This record gives sequence, C-alpha cells and structure tokens, in this order.
Amino acid sequence: MLRVKELGFIIGLGIVGLVFVAAVIGPWLTGHDPFAQDLNARLIPPFWMEGGSSQHWFGTDQLGRDYLTRLLYGARISLFIGVLTVVTSGIIGTSLGVLGGFYGGRIDDAVLFVITCRLSIPVVLVALAVVGLVGSSLTLVVSTLGLLLWDRFAVVARATTMQIRSLDYVNAAWCSGCSPFHIMRHEILPNISSHLMVVCTLEIALAILLEASLSFLGLGVPPPLPSWGLMIAEGKDYMFFSAWVIMIPGLALFTLVLGMNMVGDGLRRAFGTQVIK
Amino acid sequence: MTRFILRRTFLALSVVMTVMAMAFVLTRLSGDLAISIAGPGSTQADVEVIRKAYGLDRSVMVQFFDWTRLALTGDFGNSFFFKDKVSTLISQRMPVTFTLGFTGLALALVISLPLGIVAALYENTWIDRTASLLVMVGQAMPSFWLGLILMIVFGLQLGWLPISGTGSWQHFVMPAIVLAFTAVPALTRLMRSGMIDALGSDYIRTARAKGLSRSSIIFKHALRNAAIPVVSIAAVQLGFMLGGSIVIETVFALHGVGYLAWESISKNDFPVVQAVVLVLASIYIGLTLVSDILNALLDPRLRGA
Repeated sequence: MLRVKELGFIIGLGIVGLVFVAAVIGPWLTGHDPFAQDLNARLIPPFWMEGGSSQHWFGTDQLGRDYLTRLLYGARISLFIGVLTVVTSGIIGTSLGVLGGFYGGRIDDAVLFVITCRLSIPVVLVALAVVGLVGSSLTLVVSTLGLLLWDRFAVVARATTMQIRSLDYVNAAWCSGCSPFHIMRHEILPNISSHLMVVCTLEIALAILLEASLSFLGLGVPPPLPSWGLMIAEGKDYMFFSAWVIMIPGLALFTLVLGMNMVGDGLRRAFGTQVIK
Repeated sequence: MTRFILRRTFLALSVVMTVMAMAFVLTRLSGDLAISIAGPGSTQADVEVIRKAYGLDRSVMVQFFDWTRLALTGDFGNSFFFKDKVSTLISQRMPVTFTLGFTGLALALVISLPLGIVAALYENTWIDRTASLLVMVGQAMPSFWLGLILMIVFGLQLGWLPISGTGSWQHFVMPAIVLAFTAVPALTRLMRSGMIDALGSDYIRTARAKGLSRSSIIFKHALRNAAIPVVSIAAVQLGFMLGGSIVIETVFALHGVGYLAWESISKNDFPVVQAVVLVLASIYIGLTLVSDILNALLDPRLRGA
C-alpha cells in the first residue's frame, strides 16, 4: 500500500510530467497561434462559462489571443527559465560549496563570506533593478536569476562535503595519489548529488515563481511572450469583471510550483536528508 | 564574548562594504547612464549637459568613492525623478514598509507557531499531514496572485477593505496577510522540527519520568528550547520580508520603500535604486548580526563560531 508521503511524490511527479508534456507538444495541438490577435474576439470567456465558445477552450485575452495556447506556451517559458536558471546557479553554488567544504580554512572563510554577501542582497529588488536598467529579455532574466539563486546550492554542498571529506574512501583516494580536483569531481560530487538534486527541484520552483513575479511587475519576460506572470499582469485590468483572466494562469503557476515542491519533498524523504533552509 | 561580538561586527561591516560596491556596479550595468536619463529623442548636446550635471563625466572610481563617502554620512544624493533628496524619500517611505513588515511578521508568527507545535505533537497523524499540506500550498502560492485574489474577494465582492492605496490602517490588512503568507511555511517547518527534536531529547524523558503533567512538559520544557532558533530566524525573516515587500507594495500600491524602488527602477532613477538596495541589505545584515549575538548570549556553545 502506498503511504501518504509517497503518494505526494507521485502526484508531484505526475503534475510536473503533465506540464512538461503539455509544454512540449501542447502549443501545436490547439490549432491557434499564441501571438495571433483577433480584435473581434476579445475576452471571450472559457467554454464552461456563459458566452464561451468551443473554438477557444480557455477563452481569449484582451487582444483576442487564444488563452489555452498562450497558457501552454507559457509553460514552456516557465520550465525553460526554471531549468536554465538552476543549471547556472547549480554550477556556481556547487563549485563554491564543494571548494569551501573540501579545503576548509581560509578558502572556506572566503566562501562563507561570499554566501553571506549574497544572502544580504534582496533578490527580487536586485533582479528587478538589473532587468529594469538593462532592458528586459528572456536571456537576461535567466542569467540574472542564475547569478542570484545559488545560495542554497552553496550552503548544502558545503555542509555535505564537510561531512564526507574525511571518510575512508576519500582518504583512500588521497593515498592512491589522486589530485584534489579528481577527488572533488569523482569522490565528493557523486556522493553529495542526491542532496543537490533535492535543492535543484526546490530552486526550479523558486525560479519559476520569481520569474512570474518579475514578469508580473513588467520587468521580466518582455511582451508579447506569454509568460504566466505577464498574463496575470495583462489580465489585472479586467480581473474585477472577469476573474478567470487571472485565475487560469495563476492556477497553472500554483500547480506547477506545488508539483515541483512535492517532488523535491518526496526526494528529500527518499534520500533521508535534511536540507538546510 | 566581546571578541565574538567584535568579530561579527567587523564581518557585518565588510559585508555592507561589499554590498555597497555591488549596488554601485548594479546601476552602471546599463551602460551609459547619461543617455538613459536623457531619454529617447534627446540630442548629443543634451546628453553632454546631463553627463556634466550629474558628475557622470568623472572616472568610475572617483564616482564610486564620492558616492561611498557621502553614503556613509547618510547622504545618497538627489533623485532625478522626484527632485528631492534620496535620504528624505527613503525616510518618508520607511515607516510604511516597517509597519507592513512588523504586522506581517507578527501575523506569520501567530499562525506558524501554533501550527508547528500542533504538527510536532501529533507527528505523522492526519493533523501533521494537514499542516504540511498547508505549508506546501503556502510555498507554492505566488504572492502577487494571492494579493489579486484577496482584492477581488475582500475588496470587490465583500467590500470590506480598500483595494489599494496607503491612507488608513485598513490599507495594510491585505498586504500584511499576503506578506505573512510568504513567511509562514519556513517558520512552521522550523517550529515543527525544533519541537520534534526537543520532544525526543533526554531532558524531556527525565521530565516525563518525574511525572510532570503533559502541559508542563510541552510548554515549560520543550517549547522554551524549541522557540530559541525560531525567534532568531524570525529576525532574519523580517529582513527577507522587508526586501520582498516590493512585490506586495506594488500590487497594493502601498507607498513604502518597495514601491519607491519599483517606481525608480521604471524611471531609471539610479541614485534611489542603489540607495534602496543598500538600505534594505544593511537592515538585513543588522538584523542577522543582532540575532547572531542574541543567540550566542543564550547559547554559549555558539560563541566559538
């Protein structure tokens, strides 16, 4: 019989898998272009509401663009940003953390200092400022978030490396004459990877949320790209008359992040690890 | 202990200096500031005038040291857009952000402490699972979206609260709820795991063996020990919340420092942007320092670090 916690993991995996598949093939299935405007068909409600049409299942936005197609296309953007951000931040954070944890002493002091500095910076504000001052683009959002969200990777990599750096197999590697780099790459990294995987899922969720917040404030993904945050921002002016305009992308965002977090939580239990937050 | 405090203070000051440098670099990322201030449609002559007027024709290092020197005395220069001193702008807006931050934190503690304690007492029962489900939901909820939903429900449909603005205390209710929501998951988790650790410890076993009542064990023995890390995290959390309030302040058009930052970012008003980054970071650093020192006072084992 499934225990509840495992059930949570499976549900989370199901959600993320579904969103992934929808993001990859979805936009081709709806038969609409996410950017095609039709000013004669603006703000048509979804099919289950009065005045809905079978042509547009989730209705159309304020410019008459098919909402379902934009939603599915937005899933691509969210996943793209989540994954790419974590690749960047994972590389930065893991390298810093492993270096600090492995060498200790002065190097570790330096790593800790960098982590402390990073933690004291208000992420949303700085990300907004960078995008606002440089100009919004998808690449800029990804690289800014990637350069900001590495703190948890560094903290976890550092702590776990410290735990295993004097274990027998690491000592054995020293004795057989391996270089420090070889030990970090082939002995340490594989053995802390399960902890890092947990951080990965949680950080993807965080990156997706942050991107949506930035786009919502108008300083993230530039229009007409259908980021979920941007869809909510564009629908904001109409939300008091037709609440579904913000409910649909919001629910999508909420569900994806929830699923991601459930996967992360399930992994954490499966590996029996305590990730420091 | 004095050594510990001195070391920590020195560390905090170096972090502030680093953040200062970063805040400065941040605003120079856009390339030529004079061009962006002048705006589109300005001539080469206009740009030159602005470059001179704002001292942007000097070398970057000179600009940086000039800014640092003045910033340390609390003078952040003048805002381009508001035509006012940056320090005046920030100190005018700070009370709003602080009110929001403290209310949000208080609300978050009121929700998360009992929730964490109950979840720990009934570990692995449906109560615990419900609590962790709530934590999950809270973590996944985009704060700006929650804000909009509250606006629709309480502002429009029920008509209980004003939708946006800063006028009265009612304007703070919804933003504070949303802000509290962002802090509840972390605090609940911490309270729960701290309480579980405390309940499993030897001194609780001793207390049980002595035949103390359940409530006395929970409140006098376990809770006191479990609450220490939560209280210190709460201080750090407040720093996070002040930094994160930019989204919420913008959603509700609450005229605090976060809203100021958003306005100045959209207007390329870089003296304000770099000052806000610095001020918010310094508050966070200060709060962390205080919480570190308080922790070390309460728990001598931490003083070695």
